[in-house]
Amino acid sequence: MCTCRRKSPWLFHMNSGSCNGCDIELIAALSPRYDAEQLGVRLEGSPRHADILCVTGPVTAKAVGAVKTVYDQIPEPKAVIAIGSCPATTNVFIDSRTLDGPLEKHIPVDVFVPGCPPRPDAIIQGVAKAAAILAERAGHAKPASDHPVVIGDASGEPCFRCASEGQQ
Amino acid sequence: MNLDSTLLTALARLLVFPGLLFAIPAAWFFLWVERKAVALMQGRIGPPFMQPFYDFVKLMGKETPHRPGAAGVLMRLWPLLAMASAAGAVGLLPVLPAQGGFQGDLILLLALLEVPSMCIIAAGFSSRSIFGEIGSAREAILSVSYNVVFLLAIVSIAAAQNTFSLATLATLPHTPLRWLGVVALLVCLPAKLHLNPFSLPNAEQEIYAGPMTEYVGVELAMWELSHGLEWIAATGLIATLIVPSISTWWLAALVFVGIIFGIVLLLSVVASATARLAIDSSVRFYWQCTLIFAGLAAVIAIAAPVIARLKP
Repeated sequence: MCTCRRKSPWLFHMNSGSCNGCDIELIAALSPRYDAEQLGVRLEGSPRHADILCVTGPVTAKAVGAVKTVYDQIPEPKAVIAIGSCPATTNVFIDSRTLDGPLEKHIPVDVFVPGCPPRPDAIIQGVAKAAAILAERAGHAKPASDHPVVIGDASGEPCFRCASEGQQ
Repeated sequence: MNLDSTLLTALARLLVFPGLLFAIPAAWFFLWVERKAVALMQGRIGPPFMQPFYDFVKLMGKETPHRPGAAGVLMRLWPLLAMASAAGAVGLLPVLPAQGGFQGDLILLLALLEVPSMCIIAAGFSSRSIFGEIGSAREAILSVSYNVVFLLAIVSIAAAQNTFSLATLATLPHTPLRWLGVVALLVCLPAKLHLNPFSLPNAEQEIYAGPMTEYVGVELAMWELSHGLEWIAATGLIATLIVPSISTWWLAALVFVGIIFGIVLLLSVVASATARLAIDSSVRFYWQCTLIFAGLAAVIAIAAPVIARLKP
């Protein structure tokens, strides 16, 4: 079962007010050049079928309800990937009055893929990490770990805040 | 032949070959062939060999939400019903030289092949999701259009050779009319299996997942499996019609699997080379372009013996 979970991550892509940059990169990860289907990745149309929720965008105030609903619709076990710097820190939109970010305020995040936008290979690495986390959960609904994984974090410290400070 | 051995052969057919024991791994294999062929056509490498199996096991381990009332029961029931009837249809295929057993005839096979499509229509409506309802409505419209051609083709094949027994049909010599019927059946298969250019009911991304939008975990796994079994039943029907009758059992099985493989490859290549048609174009395609030929074939098939009898 663990092997099967690791080898069959189905994604649901959710845009919470993104500029489309990360969305394009996520699709590029599935394109012939990067071909994430080799890892068993499938982009699903319905959150009911998905294992991993991929959120892009800084979570606008209007998107909060949708993000929470979609998160609840994904059946357990599930994982969340925050793609790009926006869902992690709200990026350049910080302190905007139309935002209610970052994403971690609303749902537990397992993997951060920083970048504006991140490269498709980083996204694929993030998906592989999230799939490994899913396999570890082994059917028990557990809250996301306190220290989410940050892709491309050279320091080896799995804490997102340190990593984002290191980037700036 | 006494009753016991008949029953035993029937059970062996349903459970071993070409029934469940063969059909379930074969369903996974052909689902993989389909995905791999599409990937290769797009210049990708594609999923690993065991992918459909991994997907199935993973889906079996997903949590299913509690749905109270009749809708919940129905949503459990439809995928099981679809899976069971598709498996039954596969079990009916006379792959091996007939030696007793349950001699399934064409009408039962057609009915069983139709049940999964009915289940999909019912499933979309009982899930009460707007996307499911759109998908179901499309499936209903599409099945009304392709089934006319599909049934006419079958009727013409059966009427031309004066039998509705599939086992007899498989052994009779091939006429040009049968090849015409097989081509008509092939044209209907993409619509029956929801492939491009007729992938309207489950139009991925367009209406999310169509009738399957609300289905989770085990139910979804059953849908995937019933889709795979439908692949085998539908392509197997064509394979039985074109395979020459072979008396060596292992050669018959091998040729059968080989022809299914060829048809799956052909359909996948067509699916990846085409774009999805709109519902009105699809319906027009079946009612205007294909129906004429199927109707002509049926008329010839029925008229030919009559004309032959009139000749002194």
